[in-house]
Amino acid sequence: MKTSFFSLLIWLGVALLGAAAVGGIALNRGESINALWFITAALCVYAIAYRFYAAWIAAAVLCIDETRATPAERLNNGRDFMPTNRWIVFGHHFAAIAGPGPLIGPTLAAQFGYLPGTLWILIGAVLGGCVQDMVTLFFSTRRDGRSLGQMARDELGSIGGIAALVATFLIMVILIAVLGLVVVNAMKHSPWATSTVAATIPIAMLVGLYMYKLRPGRVLEGSALGVILLLLSVAGGGWIDQQAGLRELFDHPGLPLAFAVIGYGFAAAVLPVWLLLAPRDYLSTFMKLGTVILLALAIVWMRPEIKMPALTQFVDGTGPIFGGKLFPFVFITIACGAISGFHSLIASGTTPKLLANERDIRMIGYGGMVLESLVAIMAMIAATVLDPGVYFAINSPAGVVGKTAAEAVATISAWGFPVTVEQMNRLAQQMGETTLFARTGGAPSLAVGMASIFGSAFGEHLLALWYHFAIMFEALFILTTLDAGTRVGRFMLQDLLGNIWQPLGRTSWYPSVLFSSAVVVAAWGYFLYIGVIDPNGGVNILWPLFGISNQILAAIALCVATGILVKSGRLRYAWITALPLAWLVIITSTATWQKISSDDPRIGFLAAANSLSDKLAAGVLPPDKAAVAPQLIFNQQLDAALVLFFAALLWLIVIDMLRVCARHLRGRAVPPLSEAPHYPTRLEEAWQRD
Amino acid sequence: MATRLTGALRSLWRAVRRLSGDDGYERYLAHQAAAHPDAPALSRRAWFALQQQQKWSGIKRCC
Repeated sequence: MKTSFFSLLIWLGVALLGAAAVGGIALNRGESINALWFITAALCVYAIAYRFYAAWIAAAVLCIDETRATPAERLNNGRDFMPTNRWIVFGHHFAAIAGPGPLIGPTLAAQFGYLPGTLWILIGAVLGGCVQDMVTLFFSTRRDGRSLGQMARDELGSIGGIAALVATFLIMVILIAVLGLVVVNAMKHSPWATSTVAATIPIAMLVGLYMYKLRPGRVLEGSALGVILLLLSVAGGGWIDQQAGLRELFDHPGLPLAFAVIGYGFAAAVLPVWLLLAPRDYLSTFMKLGTVILLALAIVWMRPEIKMPALTQFVDGTGPIFGGKLFPFVFITIACGAISGFHSLIASGTTPKLLANERDIRMIGYGGMVLESLVAIMAMIAATVLDPGVYFAINSPAGVVGKTAAEAVATISAWGFPVTVEQMNRLAQQMGETTLFARTGGAPSLAVGMASIFGSAFGEHLLALWYHFAIMFEALFILTTLDAGTRVGRFMLQDLLGNIWQPLGRTSWYPSVLFSSAVVVAAWGYFLYIGVIDPNGGVNILWPLFGISNQILAAIALCVATGILVKSGRLRYAWITALPLAWLVIITSTATWQKISSDDPRIGFLAAANSLSDKLAAGVLPPDKAAVAPQLIFNQQLDAALVLFFAALLWLIVIDMLRVCARHLRGRAVPPLSEAPHYPTRLEEAWQRD
Repeated sequence: MATRLTGALRSLWRAVRRLSGDDGYERYLAHQAAAHPDAPALSRRAWFALQQQQKWSGIKRCC
């Protein structure tokens, strides 16, 4: 009685504090607001959602059964199926789901002001993203760890299965292209960044050789060696930047860097995993966890002031970073961190094979996404502690604000975000860069934000080092995603091609490996190439495309979950997944419609293609732009077709799910539930006996 | 006090090894001894190669 009264008081306190913090953030106008309010609001919202909503879903909707043996216990093979301590599984799951997405999306969405993105990250995560991850993890655990595609096929029918596969493949292509573009933009004309990122490749190989040949399986030794070398490479890049003869070797415009990334992606896909991919992944995981913890400590320690207003005038759709109104584009731009379909691929397949008990599902599925959402909040803070003028000068492409520094500064200041050329030059000099104008893609502005937070916490004179450390850290795990994604794309393609001609399906047959890797790399390489030659920076096109495809994957996962809930007689609880699903259908369909039909060439793909071909016909384009115009026109038309295809895929699977549900409710035959039979767990007694 | 501290450090170190997969080969040997005592166990290098190959044949990293 006493404890329940205490806990009531505590949770009442958390609720009041959270309400005050969210209210403070939302209603604050005109004055700067401290970043700690963001952290407080986030922690209170997460705590309440986890304690009450997630617990209710686990107990009442999913009916988690602690006495049931998990696939890890029943199918234990000492490798992929293995009952594992829940903190260890949490670590693996979080390392797998948290990539560069939650860092970049909020940075771009800050053009609307800090408020819309922050609210969407909080609400979208606790009601959408976390629920998706948790229910997918639960349903896959009950189905021997089957993948999302297999579950879609088993529970809804072959249409759902094929849609999930195709969506996964396409999202991979778009994702890799946009991430490649972010890295290229961070390295453009920056010898320091380019040489440091280039150094990560031989360092990873060295670590690979160490872990494979010299001291097999000694993962920690190899990683420690690699982390030290990476930190040295950041300092070494600064040294190279000072050497007149050397710095030119690493000073390149975007196009050659894009071809280097494409070549690298191909090499990484065909090289053995132990040489490049596996060691790079160890390093990027350690770096990622270390940097996220460091950033959280620095924010709490420094308590920086947020300088961006709550809302900017760009909610009307005229924003320089990407075109489009607040609705639906803030929800498209921030996918990872609020709701990310890609997580459903991790939550089905890998993680469920490690769960020792079903009761861990809430902590790992819901809790893992809560932590990723917190990373997104920190990225939002890092973007909004910058002077808004500086933020827009870094992130606006030259095609929008003007080619010269004077033009850009005049345009941005006229928007009401004062900034001067001297201020930008001083900042660039502090960060060890020649210029910070038009460094689109989000990585440079995030790095400036992180460097200024770290710099004020751990030493102002080290700003340039912190900046390049942040760039190296982002590039490191972007390239890991690029390697891993290309390889997975290759496997999926080989699987598909194997149906046409059997030898192509053999993953160890070298001609097939080379051919299918080349096809996957060419697919994302094409979008990366177009993104680099696009005068508006490419991010404007590619990021919304990525957001739409990621959320369509989320919608597919929620369709599968809703279908299972209805089929298993839990219609009255089906809203927990149906509500976020409906919201995703609304925002992705609206965004698709606007991307196709808008007359504004900064929003509509077809409008952009038409306006460019009109200009080309009228001969008003300068020769360098006229040369690439036909390719850009074709690309805009291709993007229109692609986004339309995504939307068609989504509607197809939504209608298929509704059809299955309707048939079930009318008592007609539907694919049966594919849940594995119940076996009692023996782990608990075994552990208690030990 | 000192023993409690070393105990805590030791369990932290165990957790770090477990999380990173540093103790994977030892766990493999233990599993092998318990589940298939008659079958010969793989060497450290062969086990590591197999494990890397399996780990990276599915979707392991996200956006």
